[in-house]
Amino acid sequence: MSEFEPKIVAFVCNWCTYAGADLTGTSRIKYAQNVKIIRFPCTGRIDFMLLLKAFAEGADGIIVSGCHPNDCHYTSGNFHARRRWITFRSLLDFLGIDVRRIQFSWVSAAEGAKWAEIANTTVNNIRELGPYTDYAKVAVHLKKEAKV
Amino acid sequence: MNELIKKAASLLEANEVQVVIGYGLGSAKRPQAIFVTTPAGCEQLMFDNRCIQNLAVYLTKQEIRKLGKPAIVAPLPVLRSIVQLVAEQQLTEGDLVVLGIDPDGKLLEFSSFKAIESFLSDHKIVIEEKYLKKIEEIKNMPVGERFAYWVELLEPCFKCYACRAACPLCYCTRCTIENNQPQWIPVASHLQGNLEWHVMRAMHLAGRCTDCEACYHACPLGIPIHLLNKSLIQDLSESFGDYGPKISEPNMLSSFDPDDKESFIR
Repeated sequence: MSEFEPKIVAFVCNWCTYAGADLTGTSRIKYAQNVKIIRFPCTGRIDFMLLLKAFAEGADGIIVSGCHPNDCHYTSGNFHARRRWITFRSLLDFLGIDVRRIQFSWVSAAEGAKWAEIANTTVNNIRELGPYTDYAKVAVHLKKEAKV
Repeated sequence: MNELIKKAASLLEANEVQVVIGYGLGSAKRPQAIFVTTPAGCEQLMFDNRCIQNLAVYLTKQEIRKLGKPAIVAPLPVLRSIVQLVAEQQLTEGDLVVLGIDPDGKLLEFSSFKAIESFLSDHKIVIEEKYLKKIEEIKNMPVGERFAYWVELLEPCFKCYACRAACPLCYCTRCTIENNQPQWIPVASHLQGNLEWHVMRAMHLAGRCTDCEACYHACPLGIPIHLLNKSLIQDLSESFGDYGPKISEPNMLSSFDPDDKESFIR
């Protein structure tokens, strides 16, 4: 049996982390291929429900990343996001959804190397934790129905 | 109680208000919300410790607003909801007369919303000991067991939305759950939709919930969904300081502090 390859979804902001991840590529730094990047205008735009949707679709881990505090393109989107993540993370934890599988980070447009490091360590951590099926299982019945 | 009845009747008599929202005995001799429009009808008004429905929910309902200016019987939970509604610009000064009832059952009169706010600053939201214990117990479960615990509790939910209808702060005329192009949250009575609905409900009430437990009392299955709100109240007050409805400050989750502390962002 081949080794388990985690599926990671990364929700990143357009102005910092997306540009940072671009820099990782243009700097020719290699990093894990497991990370699928989804670009948002701002971390403030990342609806908390999207994280659950990713888990429902079979993601094993999630990265949420944006501009460092005080660097938001829209001045305060990341500050609002930070409050929301503190709240959401505490709620998920209370519900028994594995918060070790969600990595929050600040990666600026200049931090190509940091992005590679975040992506690689997240993939490694999730590889150790194994596939995440708890949440995906609850969505199975609906998917079957949709196919009929 | 006579004091309350007299005050309510005099308000209606003087046409200062057109309707009194209060508690009265229903057909099964259980307290329920009543809407009194005549001074004589005020005889039906009552209050005791069984009156747990949060009447503030009616203040934003169009069909009640049509009746005219209301006076509302307001024990502590209702007062808290009123202040939160004011903070969210759902009520303005002069919209209503508040017939407050203090924890000893005495009638309170308030000159302004500010007066209610300062009264509440002496009556902070405190999570009861039994709930603190329950929350602690759930938090101490291993993560998989905790998930299984909630799955079992939330699975029977058939999304009647009584929790939403009973909540004074769920006043949106179009709720996110009604977004169906595309269907954002599955509405079928199924675990995924149930989980997402209750996560969304808790998140949309985070920092606003006044811990009145109306959602729990309205639930026909008695699912302890108020534990989600209570756990958030506890965590938010630890993270962001003094929790409770305030007119003078923005909502907890619609504001921020550049120095907010967390330990999980790299």
